[in-house]
Amino acid sequence: MTGFINYPLLWPLVITFVAPFAIMLMGRNKNIREGISFVAATLAFLAVARFIPDVLNGIINKQVLFNILPGLSLSLCLDGLGIIFALIAPFLWCFATSYNIGYMRKLNEHAQTRYYFCFGIAIFGAVGVAMSANVFTLYFFYEIISIFTYPLVAHHEDEESFAGAKKYMIYLMGTSKLFLLPAMALTYILSGNLDFSLGEINRGMFLSHDGTFKTTLATAHPWLIQLTYGLYIAGLAKAALMPFHNWLPSAMVAPTPVSALLHAVAVVKAGVFSVSRIILSGFGAQIMHDFGLSLTTAYLAAFTIVVASFIALTKDDLKARLAYSTVSQLSYVIIGVALVGASTLSEGTTFTANLIAAQGGLLHIGHHAFGKITLFFGAGAIYVATHLRSIKKMNGLGRKMPWTFGAFGLASLTMIGIPPVAGFVSKWYLLNGAVNAGQILLMAALLASTILNAGYFAPIFIRAFFYKPDPDIDLDHYHEAPLTMVVPLVFTSLVSLTLGLYPQIFQKFIQAFLGLR
Amino acid sequence: MLQETFSYPVLTALIFWPMVAAILLILFKDDEKVRRATFGASLVEIALAWPLLSFQKTPDFQFQELLPWVNSWGLQYYLAVDGLSLMMIWLSILTLPVCILCSWTYIGRRIKEFHICLLLMTTACVGVFSALDLVLFYIFWEVLLIPMYLMIAIWGGDDRRYASIKFFIYTLAGSTLLLIAVTALRIEGETFAIPELMTKDFSFNFQYWVFLAMTIAFAIKVPMFPFHTWLPAAHVQAPSAGSVILAAVLLKMGTYGFLRFCLPLTPAASLHFAPLMIILSLIAILYGGAIALGQSDIKKLVAYSSVAHMGFVTLGIFLFSVRGLEGALMQMLNHGIITGGLFMLIGTVYERSHSREITKNLGLGKNLPAFMFFWGLISLASFGFPGTNGFVGEFLIIIAAFGATTRIGGVDLPLIGLLTAPGAMLAAAYVLKVTLKLAWGQPSSAKNKYWKDLNLREWVYMLLPAVFVIT
Repeated sequence: MTGFINYPLLWPLVITFVAPFAIMLMGRNKNIREGISFVAATLAFLAVARFIPDVLNGIINKQVLFNILPGLSLSLCLDGLGIIFALIAPFLWCFATSYNIGYMRKLNEHAQTRYYFCFGIAIFGAVGVAMSANVFTLYFFYEIISIFTYPLVAHHEDEESFAGAKKYMIYLMGTSKLFLLPAMALTYILSGNLDFSLGEINRGMFLSHDGTFKTTLATAHPWLIQLTYGLYIAGLAKAALMPFHNWLPSAMVAPTPVSALLHAVAVVKAGVFSVSRIILSGFGAQIMHDFGLSLTTAYLAAFTIVVASFIALTKDDLKARLAYSTVSQLSYVIIGVALVGASTLSEGTTFTANLIAAQGGLLHIGHHAFGKITLFFGAGAIYVATHLRSIKKMNGLGRKMPWTFGAFGLASLTMIGIPPVAGFVSKWYLLNGAVNAGQILLMAALLASTILNAGYFAPIFIRAFFYKPDPDIDLDHYHEAPLTMVVPLVFTSLVSLTLGLYPQIFQKFIQAFLGLR
Repeated sequence: MLQETFSYPVLTALIFWPMVAAILLILFKDDEKVRRATFGASLVEIALAWPLLSFQKTPDFQFQELLPWVNSWGLQYYLAVDGLSLMMIWLSILTLPVCILCSWTYIGRRIKEFHICLLLMTTACVGVFSALDLVLFYIFWEVLLIPMYLMIAIWGGDDRRYASIKFFIYTLAGSTLLLIAVTALRIEGETFAIPELMTKDFSFNFQYWVFLAMTIAFAIKVPMFPFHTWLPAAHVQAPSAGSVILAAVLLKMGTYGFLRFCLPLTPAASLHFAPLMIILSLIAILYGGAIALGQSDIKKLVAYSSVAHMGFVTLGIFLFSVRGLEGALMQMLNHGIITGGLFMLIGTVYERSHSREITKNLGLGKNLPAFMFFWGLISLASFGFPGTNGFVGEFLIIIAAFGATTRIGGVDLPLIGLLTAPGAMLAAAYVLKVTLKLAWGQPSSAKNKYWKDLNLREWVYMLLPAVFVIT
């Protein structure tokens, strides 16, 4: 036990790991079971938060847990990038739990203990991904998330959910085995170990300090670096970059709190976080620039943004629309992070990283999380209160559920990117970053997607508040969802607003990470 | 130090104690007593192996025992172990008590004979892994066939006759070639002692033919594609304990043979044939995986997955790199633990459903949580989930595979590495497919009262692989 006390980096992981088992043991007593989730979420959040001063001072804490092979270890770290995700996951777990109580009890769902257990383990995986100090650790936690979210997606245990969960598993496990594992092996050969280059985003893990490749193999066959990069991008399917995005809409068969926390925050954010980590701490701005990886990735992301937005327009099912919106918004993060290696500011041969774009992308990890979880919470609240999923039938519903739809509207503004809500700040940085990179086309894609976002979010809000209800729907039956659901969703929408007014909250961490202090 | 205090010939004791125990077993009449006595004997065997813990971590042969045997032919009773054989000996003797426990209720008739077979098999296994005289090795190698044949033929499933004869013919054919190689080595090398043969420098032409003869023998045992067809038949028909020993120990004898004989005795030929062996290994990985995916019989699925896993081992061996070799050794050990564990679990579920079809064993998650826990854990290891033992070996081999580039059209491509990746994916696919059906499939097969969760005995023998899986 004393060992554990001496390694504060382990605390968040131990707390999130032990909690699910405590939940399982307390399965009989509902209130204690859910109480554990609350306590664990708070404790885990505090355990991460104690590192805030260190991170802001540029101190990166590292901890090696096990050495498996030379250069291959299970090790943890907490830097400016990691702490954002490590703070968000337990923070939102707390609200998701409150929301879960309302949702699961009101709908009288079965197998609730299993549900809470897997939920907790998924959070453990997310915190682990955030705190990974090397590719292997990242891969380990990434796979834990894949495995333990399966029972959540298949929760209803009917044919539809099994089909969705199967697709989910094939996409996530298939890509990680087929692409991520070889990418990791290639990285090991090309760089000699799997440790991220922490604290400097230019160099990456393949270059030594004097700017040459670490291994002779990389010097002889530099194109292997491009191959490795391609394998990573294809292997991290949780980031839902096209063409590996299709699992996300299928995963919507899960209960809505799962879609909210996991498919808006934990799982997909683990995906884009991993991509960011691989790009910024793995490949580094220099290699992204030299090998032309930046623009390729950015254009793929831009394509995803626009196409997914168009698909979202065609969906009438509220959750499906939100799912495609997520696919689109995730690529905002990728576009920003990828542009780090594309900059017109560079003079001559010395290359300057495009930090503005990277800031925009990384800010969006946090800003999108709060907005999207509100939207999903809203969708779930509407479902619990009315059993409606079709947007067309929600006419006039805002009058009966003003809090839900109010919060929903506020969160929509984040997605569209209208000041003063959080989404605006990240979009502003992204647009600036695209200009810095001299990529007018990318800028146009970002602007186009803003209009498309407005195109598919505004109608929901307008229908709810200004349209007359359908004649066959009797609004008098309906009223707000339970308080345990409405409070979290209103709260998360207010966080979105706060983040728009005080973007420094996340920006400070990002600037510490990018070396912009 | 330890060795000096208890100085007895450890390896001889390990080889002959099970044989003595088998003879003593004849005295017992009561079935229950036979089981207990055998279990006790297996624990004594482990206790006898205690001095092996003082093994020094050097590449030398240790615990040597050298006695003249048939002087006129130059035969010696020559035993010793190095790291590789030690690992396999531990695996063999630890498998024994587990096998006894998992046959406790599974085997319903001819109980005494069954346990005698088990004990004799241990004798032969330890003998194979510790013999350093070619003829001694060959004798143990052949002796092993008989109890294994009997085990499949007597206590096997409905198709046991076909499976046992197929097993016997395949392995015997291989053994004949091995005998030819042994004779050739004696004539050319003028000794049966393996360490001495290792120092000789044979002509390439001689190496070429000796390598081929030995390789076919070992390839059948591994089994490598295209000599693998006996394995699914044997696995499916064999009783649980037979499958466990087959997977954990017998298959390893093939790869042990490659490492002990082919590589040191015929290095030039090994290098010459490496591309062929790599191609065959890749076929085994991909083909074995693809066939496993299509199986509806759980045991067949695991049997084909063995073909794929052993493909990784032979791939690692013939990549001729340090990482590949390390990976192959680890994968050998891990495959023994993992596949052994899976066969034990299949045995426990078979005792409940009396069927090995996936469709007859659906939806066990709610009724048999402990079973599902062990199955989930070991199956994760089986497809190389990070953090389990299965991952490390597989990852090392994949690294080595990517390190070996193939020159095509003037460009060095990491072709072998890229071809192993779909193998890893197939492993995830077939393992998850069966796991999800066992856990969630509907309608659940576990309805009647005979479907109880694991009992104490089953917990005990499952804990052993489960502990080893988490590394």
